[in-house]
Amino acid sequence: MGSVYALVALGYTMVYGIIRLINFAHGDFIMVGGYTLIFTIPVMLGFGLPAWTAIAFAVIVASSVGVATEAIAYRPVRKHGTRMSALITAIAVSLFLENLAQVLYTSNPRVIRASIFKLPTLQLGNVKIDGTTLATIAIAAVTMVLLQLFIHNTKMGRAMRAVSEDKEASILMGINVNRTITATFAIGSALAAVAALMYCAQYPSVMPTMGSMLGLKAFVAAVLGGIGIMPGAMIGGLTIGLVESLSKAYSASLTKGIITSAFSDAVVFAILIVVLLVKPAGLLGKNFGEKV
Amino acid sequence: MNMPKQNKKSALINAVALAVLLAVVAYLGFSRALSSYLVGIFWLSCIGIIMATSLNLTNGFLGQMALGHAGFMLIGSYSSALLSLAMVRAGILAGGGAEQLARFVICLIVSGLLAGLFGILVGIPALRLRGDYLAIITLGFGEIIRVVIQGIPWAGGDGLSQGSASPVLFKTGLGFNNATKSHYMLFVGLVTVACVSAIYTFIRSRFGRAIISIRDDEIASSASGIDITFYKVTTFALSAVFAGIAGSIFAACYSSLNTGNMGFMASVNYFVMVVFGGMGSLTGSIVAAIGLTSLNEALRSFDEYRMLVYSIVLILMMIFRPAGLLGTYEFSLSGTISHLRNRISKNKQEKEAQV
Repeated sequence: MGSVYALVALGYTMVYGIIRLINFAHGDFIMVGGYTLIFTIPVMLGFGLPAWTAIAFAVIVASSVGVATEAIAYRPVRKHGTRMSALITAIAVSLFLENLAQVLYTSNPRVIRASIFKLPTLQLGNVKIDGTTLATIAIAAVTMVLLQLFIHNTKMGRAMRAVSEDKEASILMGINVNRTITATFAIGSALAAVAALMYCAQYPSVMPTMGSMLGLKAFVAAVLGGIGIMPGAMIGGLTIGLVESLSKAYSASLTKGIITSAFSDAVVFAILIVVLLVKPAGLLGKNFGEKV
Repeated sequence: MNMPKQNKKSALINAVALAVLLAVVAYLGFSRALSSYLVGIFWLSCIGIIMATSLNLTNGFLGQMALGHAGFMLIGSYSSALLSLAMVRAGILAGGGAEQLARFVICLIVSGLLAGLFGILVGIPALRLRGDYLAIITLGFGEIIRVVIQGIPWAGGDGLSQGSASPVLFKTGLGFNNATKSHYMLFVGLVTVACVSAIYTFIRSRFGRAIISIRDDEIASSASGIDITFYKVTTFALSAVFAGIAGSIFAACYSSLNTGNMGFMASVNYFVMVVFGGMGSLTGSIVAAIGLTSLNEALRSFDEYRMLVYSIVLILMMIFRPAGLLGTYEFSLSGTISHLRNRISKNKQEKEAQV
């Protein structure tokens, strides 16, 4: 689960880093990816291909939704709005996607019947590790390495870093800011689609509101690691996943049933509150003074 | 009283208008002229008005984006339901009629104060942050409140939540039936008017001017000697007090409480009211609260499409009119009257000039 959070948190961090906007709709891009998987997995199986190849469609659909959102909603608001109105737009987009899915596919969860990864369980002494879990971790690791290479070694990656550092200056340096932002959204949503595949491999059901809680927790992860910082997002995501699993598993027995597993959501938010109070810049962040 | 003549006159006009409005509500309520459906809409509108105007205090006037307002409403509704239950069990003011009214009043006050207390507790850490972070942290606090109340066995767990224990709220002495609800229309109307006027006078006071200056420029106002943290936390707590009162009315309005109804979506719902009406306009919040509540009820059968339409309207609004329908405009009865009078006398003068 931690690696799913890490991937989603990466998307949050990229978008926040570049336009300073918490993209509330990011969690819903996962949902979009999930529904795409629901419809494309049977098709892929029909062609005799393994189920995970459906990810290609999920990535394409989620990216186009992300880019469309940016072009239709965020860009006009960014042009002549305040940060508050941008944030409201993000919430509205999230509501829109969730309710659209609800209208189209009803609010009942849909189940993916095919298993996405057909892998044997790994046995290490007494510890059994599920093949799916291993595949999830492997995919997350590969994606993150690829992303790091992209950000540091390509022209577009450099442009992204430049825009997030100083937008005005990068315009002067001849960077097409709007195109860079669009690319960021495309990559961020693609990451969300990959996260959707990994999520569905673990919990094979999809529903319209699946993204909202997942998105919020991933946001907590992004803040924990230091928002706008990519390795931070990975560390944050893994930490949140770990904390959540542990609090689910042990909180009831440790506190003799007073704190039940239902509190794990509260624990995640409590982490957010503590981080924001103690070290608002996140684990890997640096503090900046405010310019007057 | 040492009021200028103009203020005295407008106060008189407003008082008369309010009295007429409340008299109509009283007549409708006591004669039971309205169907239970319309009475329900009246109650929900009052709750919506209190919630939206109090949220506007934080979002519009203080300029801090809070997304956990329903959490305080949740505290208010559960505390007043539990308090009422305890009082009925202990036999204090357990009867109907005047005793019931007294119990309701006590519940309102206590739940308001309790929500305010939590407002201070949440506000002190949360308001050190700004903008997006504040939105997320208040959202987080709202969820924590919800999860905790849900988890406490004697509150949310199975005590007052929906399902098999559904009629349980009747036993607490709140959760009014339709006849009682109609009977209490005047009281709820009065509470709403009191809350809105309190918020209005608060904004017009020295304190209110201070928080508006914080909204407009935090650094400049702190340089002018305004204690920013104190003002922010107080405003936040005050808005929580009103949310608690609204929650208390909510507990009286429904036959069961459910934490699921007052989660993130409820906060967003009230937030939408504030944004639609205009951040910084109480009139806007009131109009939006009444309008959206009635619309919600009228469009029950299109429930799914309703949120879809809201979100689209919200996006369009942010693109084309980010200030909301009314911006920061406040409706003033005396102002409108004098405006009309000026116009009439102008017309007269023009006619006389023509003659």
